[in-house]
Amino acid sequence: MKIHAYPYNDFVIPFLIGTILLFGIIIYKYIRWIKKFSDEQRKIIRSNWYSWKIFPAIWEMFREGLLHVRILKKNLLLGIMHQAYALGWFLLILVGAIESRDAFYTLQHEQSIETVRELESQNGWYIYNTGENKDPEYLNQRRYRVETDEGIARIHYHRPFYVGIFYRYFVHKAPASFRQHQAYSNLMDALLLYVFLGLTMAIIKIFWSKILGMRRTTKHTIIDRFSKFSLWMIFPMRLLAESVTACLYGNGGFFTQAVGNLFDPMIVRGMETSVWMLYSLMLGVFFVTMPFTRYMHIFTELLLIYFRKIGVREETGKTGYTLFELNACSRCGVCISGCPIDRVLENHEIQSVYLIRSLRNQERGSRLKMIADNCLMCDRCTVDCPVGIDLSALRRQTRAKGAIDTTGNYTYLSKRQTPFNAIGRVAYFGGCMSHLAPGITESMERIFTAAGQKYWYMDKLGTICCGRPLQQQGFTNQAAELRQKNTDLIQKSGATMLVTSCPICYQSFKKEYNLNIPVVHHTEYIDMLIKQGRLKVRHDDRKVSYHDPCELGRGCGIYEEPRQVLSAVTNLQKTRYQREKSVCCGFNLGDTKLSIEEQTKIRNASLANLTSKPVDAIATACPMCKKAFQHATNDYPVRDIAEIVAENLID
Amino acid sequence: MRKVAIIGAGPAGIEAASVLAKYGVQVTLFEKSETPLKNIQDKAFLFPNFQAAQEIADDLSGKLLTDGITSAFGIDIADIKWQGTEWKLIDAKGQTYVADAVLVATGYQVFDAHRKEELGYGIYKGVITSLDMEQMIKHGKITNANGDEPKRITFLQCVGSRDEKSGNNYCSKICCVTAVKQAIEIRKQLPKCEASVFYMDLRMWGQGFEEMYRMAQEKYGISFVRGRISEAAATFDGRVQLKSEDTLMGLPLKMTTDLLVLMVGMEASCGTKALGQACGINGEYGFIKTVTPHLYDNDTGKPGLFAAGTCKRPMSIWDSVNDARAAAIAIKDYVDSLPQ
Repeated sequence: MKIHAYPYNDFVIPFLIGTILLFGIIIYKYIRWIKKFSDEQRKIIRSNWYSWKIFPAIWEMFREGLLHVRILKKNLLLGIMHQAYALGWFLLILVGAIESRDAFYTLQHEQSIETVRELESQNGWYIYNTGENKDPEYLNQRRYRVETDEGIARIHYHRPFYVGIFYRYFVHKAPASFRQHQAYSNLMDALLLYVFLGLTMAIIKIFWSKILGMRRTTKHTIIDRFSKFSLWMIFPMRLLAESVTACLYGNGGFFTQAVGNLFDPMIVRGMETSVWMLYSLMLGVFFVTMPFTRYMHIFTELLLIYFRKIGVREETGKTGYTLFELNACSRCGVCISGCPIDRVLENHEIQSVYLIRSLRNQERGSRLKMIADNCLMCDRCTVDCPVGIDLSALRRQTRAKGAIDTTGNYTYLSKRQTPFNAIGRVAYFGGCMSHLAPGITESMERIFTAAGQKYWYMDKLGTICCGRPLQQQGFTNQAAELRQKNTDLIQKSGATMLVTSCPICYQSFKKEYNLNIPVVHHTEYIDMLIKQGRLKVRHDDRKVSYHDPCELGRGCGIYEEPRQVLSAVTNLQKTRYQREKSVCCGFNLGDTKLSIEEQTKIRNASLANLTSKPVDAIATACPMCKKAFQHATNDYPVRDIAEIVAENLID
Repeated sequence: MRKVAIIGAGPAGIEAASVLAKYGVQVTLFEKSETPLKNIQDKAFLFPNFQAAQEIADDLSGKLLTDGITSAFGIDIADIKWQGTEWKLIDAKGQTYVADAVLVATGYQVFDAHRKEELGYGIYKGVITSLDMEQMIKHGKITNANGDEPKRITFLQCVGSRDEKSGNNYCSKICCVTAVKQAIEIRKQLPKCEASVFYMDLRMWGQGFEEMYRMAQEKYGISFVRGRISEAAATFDGRVQLKSEDTLMGLPLKMTTDLLVLMVGMEASCGTKALGQACGINGEYGFIKTVTPHLYDNDTGKPGLFAAGTCKRPMSIWDSVNDARAAAIAIKDYVDSLPQ
């Protein structure tokens, strides 16, 4: 005879429905998105199916999805908050599952008919038998035998997956042989407290976000708030439910039992199923809303990490990968604090978090356009984003002007392409902006000469734009035309290296072109010349603060070379916002919506940072930044690194 | 006797001092540099009648000899403070002076053309400012970067004025006519040299200006091009290549010139900015703010503190001088109204 013991109560229904809907919707969405991957991206996924890269991916999923290491490093308190939620809840589920597994394993081994009788008298257990089993072998296994009034039987404890979630309701008294029972209870309570820590911090963050190091938090939509409310209620409800059960049956840990002891058993007896129902209901509501709110990031971020680790990247147009990026955004609002448009101009509507939300909600029209266009593309949010979303790429995609027919528009450029034999020479590309700051190009020519380097100043007379300003504004076709012209010119010349003075061109040549020669910015080049001893420089006694241009620093990660060059010729001063935190000069080509007054305000904020300590000059490595600061002030000379080096050349 | 302190010995300061002295007020005239009338002595001839600047400077210097004026040159007034009944003036060395009323006449300085790097001032030798040109005219030696006689000279208006990027949105008022004046002088001194002026719009606001402009075109053959110069570059022979657009023709333009003259605008001088900030009378762009431009244009809103001349806004010399007289009368009224 087989006796079945099945734990079930009606209150699990909301949880069950929630879970089924959640995974149904998520899987449906993921399949749809994966179908939208481009051929290139599919190829990468297919060729990496059995790749070792899965291990670093899993490691990063663990680090970022659960520990939140990147946020922790940037902002300890905020990191602890996110970690408490993610890791705490994850461990609650995991430990709960292990605990219930262990407990049921012990029950199964015990084969005690008394326990079954006890469970039968308790709510939430269904005991039934399936009659005689004809197979004698089955009952002859000694371990699984129990003698009942009706004959020899075997007890089967069923363990549906939700038992771990509602464990304390179903198991009032763990079998005596399950000795770890108390330890598990205490551990689960500790984890619940850990989650409560996060919850408390989240509530503090609503009223006083500065304590958690956030100058400003995201303004959420109604459904996001509703979902957040249900998420927040899950844990107090769990505490309430477990405490009530602990009050009645004494099965709680140090925390739930302590809370439970405050209740009067006579009063709470009738409430037990109701509070468990509330707990289940909150779980259900959260699960159902999750795929439609910011909490979609919970699972999507993990997949995004995997795709990114195997080498999938954003493309010019919108792909399935874009959808993963959009949905991996948790709207944590970290991108808001650093944004100069938020900080200086008090415009709280255009930050990346809102761009992503608008894109996710499939908004179209003027609001989205306003958000997409009003951005300096300074990449401050990109380096801050804890999920590592390629925010500038998303903006460029949104700005894309579509396929405008450009046939014949660029024929005049062929006339400008005078082929040049530059075999064995270094090609020098000043760029449009350096032509407006001729101090830089003059200095570079002097440096080339001083180093004895034969060079070809390829755009001395007629500049063909590198294409990046067009690219940034979404004129993809047009940018490609210009890139083609420049590529032809460079490849045919036979030059051995391309040196650029403008970080905008530099980023373009490095990332958007596909040249077969090395591309360096002049700061890298000068650094190399000094280190090779080809450039003799003296050290002066000026104090200089250095402004990291967005496209050079955050864009291409060049932070060290400019500093080494400056340290070699002058006294470099540290500033408060430097390297990744550098404040954009405001006159970046990325933004077409800001008025000059607004640009000026950002510029002044950036300048204030550079001049907070007394300095003799301001150094930068970008003609745009140079001009921005130069226009602002009579008080400080503004110099490009190339100019400072040229001033300090020893002939 | 009442004591009045005037800060700045330019046309406005000297004129106000002489008027007040004639009315029997005791005036102390403070000047940062050792000699008065620095800015005016940079000039050769003045528009619209081509009178030598030296004559006007001499006339003004003569007024300094009026009885009752004490000249305190080489004293840099760094701060002034209201003491309840009188003003305390503190110079850079910490010495103090007292006065019943103060006239701020700290004047202007020209825009630093280095700030517009695309025009190549300080980088290309052929690029000079209107002040450099004034000196050349004054000494009768107009030469290009190589020291030779230039064949073409180009003026560019509105450098550092009406320019949002350099933060000076206002019109400097005197550069339009100055360029016309200088171009005529060049044609007078070097009849073979071409002269052209790039402008946004020519503001011939004063008496005789329009006639000068017409004469420049008809008699002297000076060409006027509406357009901004976007970028300058040096040629191998030391001349300057310009990129511009003729906005009346709607055509891009490239030309080579021996000299590019940048018509630098007027900015509030360092002294004006510092004093304005020190006593809270600073207005837009660092100029001194007055109560209203119509009736109380010399009053700063502080008791006994007045302003005159180019410390308020760009002005021509005669505007400055007239403004100074008005200020002198306002100051006289003020000191007379003080209780004995």
